Amino acid sequence: MTESDDQPWRDPNAQPFLRIKGLSKHFGSVAAVDKVSLDIYRGELFCLLGGSGSGKSTLLRMLAGFESANAGSIEIDGQDMAGVPPYRRPVNMMFQSYALFPHMTVADNIAYGLRRDRLPRADIAKRVDHLLAMVQLADFAKRKPSQLSGGQRQRVALARALAKGPKLLLLDEPLGALDKKLREETQFELMNIQEETGVTFVVVTHDQEEAMTLATRIGVMRDGEIVQVATPREVYEYPNSRFVADFIGSVNLFEGVVSEDGESHMRLDCAGLGTSLYVGHGVSCTLGQRMWLALRPEKLRVSTEKPAQSHNVLQGVVEEIAYMGGSSMLRVRLPSGAQVQVTQANLDRDDAHPVSWDETVFLSWSDTAGVVLPS
Amino acid sequence: MTQGVVARGRAWVAAVPGIWLLVFFLLPFLVVAKLSLSEAAIARPPYLPLWEWDEDYLTITLNLGNYRYLIEDALYINAFLESLRIASVSALMCLLIGYPMAWCIARARPERRNVLLTLVILPFWTSFLLRVYAWIGLLKPNGVINNMLIGAGLIDQPLTLLQTDFAVILGIVYTYLPFLVLPLYANLVKLDGALFEAAEDLGAQPWQTFLTVTLPLSVPGMLAGCLLVFIPAVGEFVIPALLGGADTLMIGKVLWTEFFNNRDWPVASAVAMVMLVVLVLPIMLLRNAQNSSEELA
Repeated sequence: MTESDDQPWRDPNAQPFLRIKGLSKHFGSVAAVDKVSLDIYRGELFCLLGGSGSGKSTLLRMLAGFESANAGSIEIDGQDMAGVPPYRRPVNMMFQSYALFPHMTVADNIAYGLRRDRLPRADIAKRVDHLLAMVQLADFAKRKPSQLSGGQRQRVALARALAKGPKLLLLDEPLGALDKKLREETQFELMNIQEETGVTFVVVTHDQEEAMTLATRIGVMRDGEIVQVATPREVYEYPNSRFVADFIGSVNLFEGVVSEDGESHMRLDCAGLGTSLYVGHGVSCTLGQRMWLALRPEKLRVSTEKPAQSHNVLQGVVEEIAYMGGSSMLRVRLPSGAQVQVTQANLDRDDAHPVSWDETVFLSWSDTAGVVLPS
Repeated sequence: MTQGVVARGRAWVAAVPGIWLLVFFLLPFLVVAKLSLSEAAIARPPYLPLWEWDEDYLTITLNLGNYRYLIEDALYINAFLESLRIASVSALMCLLIGYPMAWCIARARPERRNVLLTLVILPFWTSFLLRVYAWIGLLKPNGVINNMLIGAGLIDQPLTLLQTDFAVILGIVYTYLPFLVLPLYANLVKLDGALFEAAEDLGAQPWQTFLTVTLPLSVPGMLAGCLLVFIPAVGEFVIPALLGGADTLMIGKVLWTEFFNNRDWPVASAVAMVMLVVLVLPIMLLRNAQNSSEELA
């Protein structure tokens, strides 16, 4: 498999499967979706990630045909969707509440879409059996939704949405109603089913962990706009704004002014810290520009003795320690008053050099650990 | 300790409706049941006592003749059947008119729903009797409807509208429509809107969505509404008396005639008892409908 097979968005010749151009939706004076343009490729598992009110659900509902656009267009597999009602779109949706028909059995729920297509009875039965087996509910065909657990309902909803073999499957917070343990299992199940069926998935979620695990690419939404589209790793390691850096994972932000702008390094004067921070790669910026250095908590090292390196060392006092099993989280108060968050992997069962409360520690990081953000 | 207090409190709260039912339902019911087993007499009150105490002998006389009389005289059976027919047709008409109303109110914007519901209940603010009398003015041979039709040149002779079964059904439908709309609305408004969207998403056109999702899920509401119309309509007296003709035979009217014109209290009581038994079945259905609609929600 070549890279462009795996990552069609890197191939300039690849044809997008879902093409959203300049799409807007206004509710009164509020733009729920604001001039969104987005290309999604066949077989992708694309996550729309955003907080409540970011417009992600509205965008999904526009793809399904439940909301009409004020401007812009949606094209699915080369077909313009303007004016096409939901029941004629090659798109199916898995609802956040699952929206299973309470008066029908599991099998009837799954068969609902197939019956609307007036398929032969035997074909419907075969397809329903296949789907029930796929979501491991073969023994539950005759049950009503009210007799199922939350996880089982979720799988019925998925099977029902996949029944018609849609070109595009829309999933609205597919794991939102499940508890944490079940959610983790289901994530992988969802990915397997997506791979197995080859259907293009568009998932809406507010849960960044869920998006990171599931997605081939993530589109981060804020106030109706898409602020970054990238792979999970890129979104995490190379966020393009403070908002994205802060929304996905935790981050320490240091504000400063560019004081050195070299070919392969730069320096940020941080008045708040009373020191300057060194960045070991070139950044497109101008001298005197206000910028931010974003540092992930796990990229920081904690030591009780002053490290050997000459720059990117901060001194502070440990204020809080939270043991979380796999890792520990520390909050360190700097003399400037700023608080820095650090996570440390708990590699050993016994910590030979434990850090305690109110201890003075040194924080250090490598020259390329941080991301410099212009906004 | 506190549990005991709570239990006692609960018992007191439950006692109020309990006492109410005892005084205003169970005791009158027993009186009527007793009356239905006594013998009519020209006396005051117009029936013979059920038991007599005479020198150590307690004589209890149970007269089942009143019930036999109901079976033997076709009038009563016909009146019962006719009442059931008129009540059924009325309930069905209410459903046909009331379903679209309830559906529209349930689909209306939330801030509008209360206004629309108030409009449904508004007729109750005028006297029921006045409203039925108003229909006489509309339906009579030289009434508003006939005058308008003649004025428009559509008919030469006034139509016989008043004193027909049609007028009775019209009156019942008009009076009891809110009793159907309200429970049906309560049912429809609780349905999850995502269900309709899911149906549409899976390829159902709006009419298919209605037939396969909305309609089956509103069965409890329809049943409750229809029974709330049907049950009081069976025993309706005022509407057939005012709008019906001499040949409109309804059990409520028969009961009234028996009681006040013939002064045959025992037979009237027997009619009332049979009516109660006939209505127990639909009342139980109503209770089941309400339970299952709660389960769905």
